[in-house]
Amino acid sequence: MVAEPLSPRFGEFGGRYIPETLVAAHEELEVVYAEARADPEFHRELEDLYAHYVGRPTPLYFAERLTRECGGARIWLKREDLAHTGAHKINNALGQALLAKRLGKPRIIAETGAGQHGVATATVCAMLDLECHVYMGSEDIRRQSLNAFRMKMLGATLVPVESGSKTLKDAINEAMRDWVTNVRTTHYIIGSAIGPHPFPTIVRDFQSVIGREARAQMLQQAGRLPDAAIACVGGGSNAIGIFHPYIEDPVRLIGVEAAGEGVRSGRHSATLVAGRPGVLHGTKTYLLQDEAGQIMETHSISAGLDYPGVGPEHSWLKTSERAEYVAVDDAQALEGFKALTSSEGIIPALEPSHAIYHAMQVARTMRPDQDLLIGLSGRGDKDMHTVAAALGVTL
Amino acid sequence: MSTRLRERFQQGKAEGRSLFVAYVTAGYPTRADTVPILLEMEAGGADVIELGVPFTDPLADGATIQHANQVAILQHVTLLDCFGFIREARAQGLTVPVLFMGYYNPILAIGEGRAAAEGAASGIDGFIVVDLPPDEAGSFLVECRARDLSFVPLVAPTTSDARIPLLAKAADAFLYIVSVTGTTGATSVAVDELPALLARVRAQTDLPLGVGFGISRREHVVAVGKVAEAAIVGSAIISAIDAAGAESPARRVREYVEHVTGR
Repeated sequence: MVAEPLSPRFGEFGGRYIPETLVAAHEELEVVYAEARADPEFHRELEDLYAHYVGRPTPLYFAERLTRECGGARIWLKREDLAHTGAHKINNALGQALLAKRLGKPRIIAETGAGQHGVATATVCAMLDLECHVYMGSEDIRRQSLNAFRMKMLGATLVPVESGSKTLKDAINEAMRDWVTNVRTTHYIIGSAIGPHPFPTIVRDFQSVIGREARAQMLQQAGRLPDAAIACVGGGSNAIGIFHPYIEDPVRLIGVEAAGEGVRSGRHSATLVAGRPGVLHGTKTYLLQDEAGQIMETHSISAGLDYPGVGPEHSWLKTSERAEYVAVDDAQALEGFKALTSSEGIIPALEPSHAIYHAMQVARTMRPDQDLLIGLSGRGDKDMHTVAAALGVTL
Repeated sequence: MSTRLRERFQQGKAEGRSLFVAYVTAGYPTRADTVPILLEMEAGGADVIELGVPFTDPLADGATIQHANQVAILQHVTLLDCFGFIREARAQGLTVPVLFMGYYNPILAIGEGRAAAEGAASGIDGFIVVDLPPDEAGSFLVECRARDLSFVPLVAPTTSDARIPLLAKAADAFLYIVSVTGTTGATSVAVDELPALLARVRAQTDLPLGVGFGISRREHVVAVGKVAEAAIVGSAIISAIDAAGAESPARRVREYVEHVTGR
């Protein structure tokens, strides 16, 4: 079996900036993944689970009423909210859990922000009989108590993280510390297309199933490629999953970051819009950092976008100008949330609500014979408390 | 390579003793404490000093040094401030070699060339960058060498034999041996595994070896001193500062260093 070597960089971004203790594990993972990637049996196993466990392919849905309301391009939704566990995160968690089996590592750790990756990882660990520990910022546990409880029910050990801003960044730090300590028995299932090589490539490959399906479905249902594809970007796994199969196509790619209380307020998570390159969590990429290279605290109404870094491939797509990145604030995301809920009867998570809002603005500038694809990365059940609070409703 | 650092290791060898390397996070517990702590470390018997450059996300550090970093970050202690601490300490008579220990992003933020230039001008002797393995350190190594600064790679228990030559090639003064798979401040040094790790490294290089992570008590320092050219202590010094109470942190650090070095 000849495995093609994986490139460690996306232009100047990516790489492997890690403590020496973790080098061997990354080298081993790179070899095992390259072998798995070239092994038809691995793909058969993964595709069988995608079909019968995850419920893939997820539908491509034409949002007719939302299209009419915007009065421009036809709006299509790639329904990752209908995947098992309610978000796209399971695509990667499942793929990496199968890799952990190949690595012979019985213990899994993961970090989670909104809890969707934690739930997905706890889910596949239950199914594959792997020990699971999930690191989650205590602030996020408060915001996402339902997901925190789901993980416990699934048999995972939930580890609250009290350091720093008590959100996703700090959960990643803590998971890295666990991994440095237990690397011989443990695989770290990183939940976004971030981190040291080969993680951004692995996560992108597993998430590319979203874009591959959407591309084929769109050709079948609309008879053409979309004119634009829009997805929210925190770490950027859902967006890179949609974008990647379209990179060689004449399709506008638009990533939507979280502007929180506004990019000028300083309380946001718009890394590509407002940051500059640096190194965090093992990769060279855009970061929200101060003059001295210290990482800044971030804010977003959606826990899943609340991260001061971004996947290195997005940094490359930005600097190479293949994709464009914009930011949508908390209030606008709530508008997107309400619009999709009331016009289509689909309650989106707050993360893709950012993409929905921006897509509505873009659709209005387009012709009715054009098509616009939105990555609906997850469903909104987890966010009902947050939305209620933002609307001044007590549940 | 730093002449000061090379001569210090030669001196240890000539005297038939292992060096003692003392770490403290810059700006901990306050900015005003750092220079006195450095001076008292030397007075107490430290042969080499590691000054920790604060970073918001010290992912290879345990709770003790994480906390020290957070305290320093709250006072906005930067890499440039750290150069200032060393200029001041040298002006007040600090003679031992000083290595900066920290993470890559603060170096990248001011520029690798500027970091090396200001480092050399302020009187430091090199860098230990936890998240910059030699594989990624090409351009920074060039900057360090151009200024006669040492770059100190780390070697871990998980490092393969095949990788050791790469690490040794990037090193000049010594190799930093991480004694345990874990973060700094691990409960104890893995005395059982250490000789095998050191033997694996010595089979491929004649460089001096300094052992750190999990060394806190005098008996650890003595035990490591029998098998390595240097013993490195960090978290235990931060803990000593925390235990200072009303006493001055610098004096407490000196007492600790005198105790563990037996000087």
